Amino acid sequence: MSSTVTLEEEKDLWGGGVAPMKASYGKLMMWFFLLSDAFTFSGLLAAYGFVRFKHTPNEIVNGEYFASIDKWPLPDQVFNAFPFMHEFGIHAAPLVFVGIMTFILILSSVTMVLAVEAGQRMDKKAVEKWMLLTVIGGAIFLACQAWEWIHFIHGTGEGGANLVLNEYGPPAFADFFFFITGFHGTHVLSGVILNLIIFYNVATGMYQRRGHYEMVEKVGLYWHFVDLVWVFVFTFFYLV
Amino acid sequence: MSSHENFIEPEVIPVDKNKILKIWKVAGILSIITAFEFLIAFTLDDKWTKITIFVLLTLLKAYYIVAEFMHLGHERKSLIYAIILPLVLLFWCIGAFLMESNFILNDILNWY
Repeated sequence: MSSTVTLEEEKDLWGGGVAPMKASYGKLMMWFFLLSDAFTFSGLLAAYGFVRFKHTPNEIVNGEYFASIDKWPLPDQVFNAFPFMHEFGIHAAPLVFVGIMTFILILSSVTMVLAVEAGQRMDKKAVEKWMLLTVIGGAIFLACQAWEWIHFIHGTGEGGANLVLNEYGPPAFADFFFFITGFHGTHVLSGVILNLIIFYNVATGMYQRRGHYEMVEKVGLYWHFVDLVWVFVFTFFYLV
Repeated sequence: MSSHENFIEPEVIPVDKNKILKIWKVAGILSIITAFEFLIAFTLDDKWTKITIFVLLTLLKAYYIVAEFMHLGHERKSLIYAIILPLVLLFWCIGAFLMESNFILNDILNWY
């Protein structure tokens, strides 16, 4: 009996009236939006790679590193600051700060998965808790990025950085830094705002009355995507 | 509150411990990969070995985030392909860009 039902379903899968991909309209559209957003970020990262590889890379000569306007800087020589490190007598902490930022974003992605999982169990209290933690994680990440930008702009006393000139390397280096991390940061900001709205709706019991927590899943998709993009930015902007 | 009077609170389904454990396991894998990337950033010397390892590990991380966190690995095949195939074509685009820039660099270096 059950096999005949499946056959019928298969036959009419694309005939209308059913969800052929077993995903709701909203979820599907979120996926397609994220696909288009992935194209945008790929375009940015491809342009970054293009400009980077048409410059000769800078290098450490006899243990010393000098910034040059013609040579593409080494990321671990540029991003080596950490809040209050001078107070503790540390002069360089290469990539430590972005490493921690990556970790924070991964953790807030985990709390989002747990919120989605709790939503599927109709556990309002747990969804509230995990959504709140996700919002906090996103806010901490944004604060870290603000510090990172301020430090990048003010620099180490050799002129800092703006869109025309910077102390680290060719002008395009700072331009790409501002554009790529800024575009990602805007995504994080809108993600935090969306998460806050969802948190409010959860707290007022809207989804409990609706009978399902699918909105949490949709915003969750967006939030994981933001984490995903950061994974790529971390590798191609900071590590390589 | 009159419209809420007939509303019955839905029952909370108990936690499936295995599911939670799996989520934390994926989180652990992601953290370990990031820590490992960090390690080789400062221990390996050869530039291209490093870049190859970074790209592979990044794709591995992307796989775990998309397949497990975004649940794409458990969706219908048609949905998986609708999302993944367009992205696979991108790799060609990015590769072409990077090669092109290398040609430009060589042209600049061999200008005179």
